Amino acid sequence: MKDFRLEVFKKASLCRNFDEVVFKKLQDKTITFPTYLSVGQEFIPATIAQIVEDRNIEPDIFIQHRGHATYLSFGGSIVELIDELLGKPTGCANGMGGSASIQCKEKNIYGHDGLMGSQVPIAVGSCYASKKPTIVFMGDSSAEEDYVFSSIGWAATKNIPILFVVEDNNLSILTEKKVRRNWDIDEVAKGFGVEAYNISDDPEDIRKHLDGVFEKPMLLNINTIRKYCHAGAGIDDENVFDRYESQMKQIGNQAKSIHNENKQLVKDLWQKQLEI
Amino acid sequence: MAKTVRDIIKSITKHHLEVEKSLCFGQCLTAVGWVGGTLPEMYEDEGMVEVTTADVANGGFVVGAGLQGIRPIYVVRYQGFQWYNSPIIINYAAKSKEIWGISCPIFIRSIAMEGGMGPVAGSSHHSLYQRMPNTKIISPMTPNEYQYAYDNFISEDEVYYISEHRRSYDNTEELNDVILEDSDIVLFPISITRFDALEAEQILREKGIKVSIINQLWIKPFTFQDHWKDCLTKSKYGGLVLDDDYEQGVASSIAHRMMLESNKKVHTLGLEHRTAGFHKNVDNLPPSPERIVNKVMDIINV
Repeated sequence: MKDFRLEVFKKASLCRNFDEVVFKKLQDKTITFPTYLSVGQEFIPATIAQIVEDRNIEPDIFIQHRGHATYLSFGGSIVELIDELLGKPTGCANGMGGSASIQCKEKNIYGHDGLMGSQVPIAVGSCYASKKPTIVFMGDSSAEEDYVFSSIGWAATKNIPILFVVEDNNLSILTEKKVRRNWDIDEVAKGFGVEAYNISDDPEDIRKHLDGVFEKPMLLNINTIRKYCHAGAGIDDENVFDRYESQMKQIGNQAKSIHNENKQLVKDLWQKQLEI
Repeated sequence: MAKTVRDIIKSITKHHLEVEKSLCFGQCLTAVGWVGGTLPEMYEDEGMVEVTTADVANGGFVVGAGLQGIRPIYVVRYQGFQWYNSPIIINYAAKSKEIWGISCPIFIRSIAMEGGMGPVAGSSHHSLYQRMPNTKIISPMTPNEYQYAYDNFISEDEVYYISEHRRSYDNTEELNDVILEDSDIVLFPISITRFDALEAEQILREKGIKVSIINQLWIKPFTFQDHWKDCLTKSKYGGLVLDDDYEQGVASSIAHRMMLESNKKVHTLGLEHRTAGFHKNVDNLPPSPERIVNKVMDIINV
């Protein structure tokens, strides 16, 4: 039987190493458009992707910006993501989507149009029409869009198999949640009759709250920490907790070798795509 | 008995749900009135889906259904509600094929009416959709035109904005162009103004003014057909585009294209550039036959 924590780490490690290279490509101006790194937040999509994989579920997935980790965790092509960030027509969004509007048809990952939170009503409508298990990712800031509330409410009314995931890094660019609002999205969801939890991005914490997922609408507000700044290659705070480092330490040598393998893989792929 | 526009919409919707196995979304669909009698009496298990009152979210729901390839119909009961419904439709559905290679065809029934509807809800708002790439806008006012619009939608994979007007629902007649070789002026009416243009033409004819009428079914894409251009070029005083949206939108845009492609001035007449109130004294209605006549008289300086 596979070690759940290790399998999650493998996915997170790919995401971490991928975005660390992107960080450098932003610094050296290989990439010049707005780019949103997932570094620090990888364990949310990595964990959920592992859980659905273990259960043989192939959900429809709706993402928005800061979605590199979601795309990679759910099996999106690394090469096509590199090409996308290089603006090539062979990119996952035909070179038009940049960092924020990536997609993967083969893995049922739908691109985002740039309107904050618009993926939530779209995901709800898609799920209503298809009745397929559906996951929609949003940030704590997108969760404030009024149409998100209506979408959660309508999903509850129609009792559709959808999972709302709020990647709550507490920040809208640099404005903290407490400045923007005095309510919690999980409490709002509960008000609509949706099963909802406010949890950490520890893989075990996420797993234990997903038992009844896709039997009815569910919302997870998952607290996480963005390691880099909102967009581009910058660091807001050097001293933040890093789930990745913490998990690597707990798992030990096996995690270190996974990390090194992914580091090399990503480096080689970037090198190759840059040479084409 | 001849079929009305209402009959055609109803039969198309029934076919779309029963045969195409699609969905029809909208607010208050299954209530008394069934949106002006244009909907078959069907319910959610048959594909007639009541949505919330949250217009922006509803637009998103329909886009999501569109991504599943089911070609949903979306009934927006007042065109003014497009201010909230349009953002996700035009920013996602209309762009999806271009960016991601995934088409998102939606048949948006956007319903105009006039009189006593106040600052937002009445009149047509097709200009909202016109400026965005990859939308198709058509304004059928006759039974055959409506069937044609639906048939085109089914044969393509685009976002279709159907600019309807409640006053056309009882219509059974087709509206043909009137093209004269030696017009004084050519009218290019859109939507409900097509009916008023006919009345205006009669009044003007009695005054000895020769008027051609070229009906504008397709708003976008707009194709300036050769015989239209010929008629306009041969006219004495040019053309007049009539619309029941504000002039500073579709009407001006079409007039601009016509002027670039001909040697004639093309004027516009639509809603006045002011906010509508509810009372008839402060309402803002589409051009009446009298307003059209007066505008023509101004143009030809009689």
